[in-house]
Amino acid sequence: MEYRTKATVMDAEAISRAVTRIAHEILEANKGAKNLAFVGIVTRGATLAETLAGKIRDIEGADVPVGTLDISFYRDDLAMRLSPEVHRTDIPFDVEGRDVVLVDDVLFTGRTIRSAMDAIMDYGRPHSIQLAVLVDRGHRELPIRADYVGKNVPSSAKERVKVYFESMDGRDAAEILEAAEGGEE
Amino acid sequence: MLSTRHIIDIEDLTLADLTLILDTAESFKEVNERRIKKLPTLRGRTIVNLFLEPSTRTRTSFELAAKRLSADGINFAASASATVKGESLVDTAETLSAMACDLVILRHKYAGSPRMLAKHMDAHIINGGDGMHQHPTQALLDLFTMRERLGHLEGLTVGIVGDISHSRVAGSLVPALKMVGARPIVIGPPTLMPARPDALGAEVSYTLDDVLPELDVAYMLRIQMERAEGMPFPSVREYSRLWGMNEARLARMRPDAIVMHPGPMNRGVEISSAVADSPRAVVLDQVNAGVAVRMAAMYLLLGGDASDATA
Repeated sequence: MEYRTKATVMDAEAISRAVTRIAHEILEANKGAKNLAFVGIVTRGATLAETLAGKIRDIEGADVPVGTLDISFYRDDLAMRLSPEVHRTDIPFDVEGRDVVLVDDVLFTGRTIRSAMDAIMDYGRPHSIQLAVLVDRGHRELPIRADYVGKNVPSSAKERVKVYFESMDGRDAAEILEAAEGGEE
Repeated sequence: MLSTRHIIDIEDLTLADLTLILDTAESFKEVNERRIKKLPTLRGRTIVNLFLEPSTRTRTSFELAAKRLSADGINFAASASATVKGESLVDTAETLSAMACDLVILRHKYAGSPRMLAKHMDAHIINGGDGMHQHPTQALLDLFTMRERLGHLEGLTVGIVGDISHSRVAGSLVPALKMVGARPIVIGPPTLMPARPDALGAEVSYTLDDVLPELDVAYMLRIQMERAEGMPFPSVREYSRLWGMNEARLARMRPDAIVMHPGPMNRGVEISSAVADSPRAVVLDQVNAGVAVRMAAMYLLLGGDASDATA
């Protein structure tokens, strides 16, 4: 299906400000960075996790370990003909006893996060799992909420919310996309 | 996604399919190194191991792969199967269809039987070895091991040594190697070569020692000792002396060349104990790769096509 941009909800400056705020909130809620670890959900959650870790290094001078997680194997919709292609999972630290912050770009139904929590539990038993997202667009299908949100964006279930990052897409932005006219739903 | 519903011949796969399976297997290998080696991926799916010819390691490998993906696995062994009571393979296929199985792995002594099964079932079929024809997941795990140890596949020179004419391992590995741009050479005495070895599409050598220095991989096939009485060579000892991989031959290979074997090994026949236990023999790596590659094959066959995921 073809999509076109309906509205830009965050530009580069807004994203930068949101990342800075989330980094401060994480440090405050966890009383520093000592026991923290980030796990970014591929692909854009992983990019955001790296950015947050960089921001915490700037603020606190602390290195927070960052892992990447592909939740394809944990999804409950394989039978609904999800693309079976997978990316690498790389969690190069022990999650046991850590305060793990799951990071994703967009929070929607909550199913990805549920799968990600299952995946992390297979690596060990963290002290806590928290959730940071750049955009929360609503439409939850599971009782999941984010601890740290860059921006709440009301959107129609038919629309898409897409985040772009400089390192991957050449620009920083969050946009609401709608089906182009003539496009099939 | 894969372009095929079944993995029966290696030629069912495109180069893109083959690469996708190897790449996916890398992720599953990581899973197999975790403390909890279990994923919920194929929960609720039914996978049948229909092994109508004896096999322990291939069956175990498939069974473990299915279990690690949380599929429900059922094993049918030849001795317990209704086929020994006279049921035809087609009847077995229809019975399994009626039980709503999602994937069947068939090992059978007759070439072509997995293809026939596929015609009579809706389930996906993986060929777990059919007669002297093919054993595609063996070729895939061999490619995985080569790529892991040597860093690439294109341009590798791979010598496949032994009973080429009866080997389903060679039957799958030669086309797989050609697909990835490697150079297969089949090596063995003329009596163990097919009537027209050139039809395999590989180079042919009747002298192992001549090609040894060119090889990146020496793939030693198992001499089927259970058939040794009728083997077309004078003695096992002579075979070992002329065609076996030993330390002297290993020393003549490239320093980074590896030795492979599909197992189970006949130590002292096609491979000496010293070579089998050396770090340059990757036999256990192959076994390890087998589980990951079979998980990837099952996952990708039962996965379906691309569509947007919900977040």
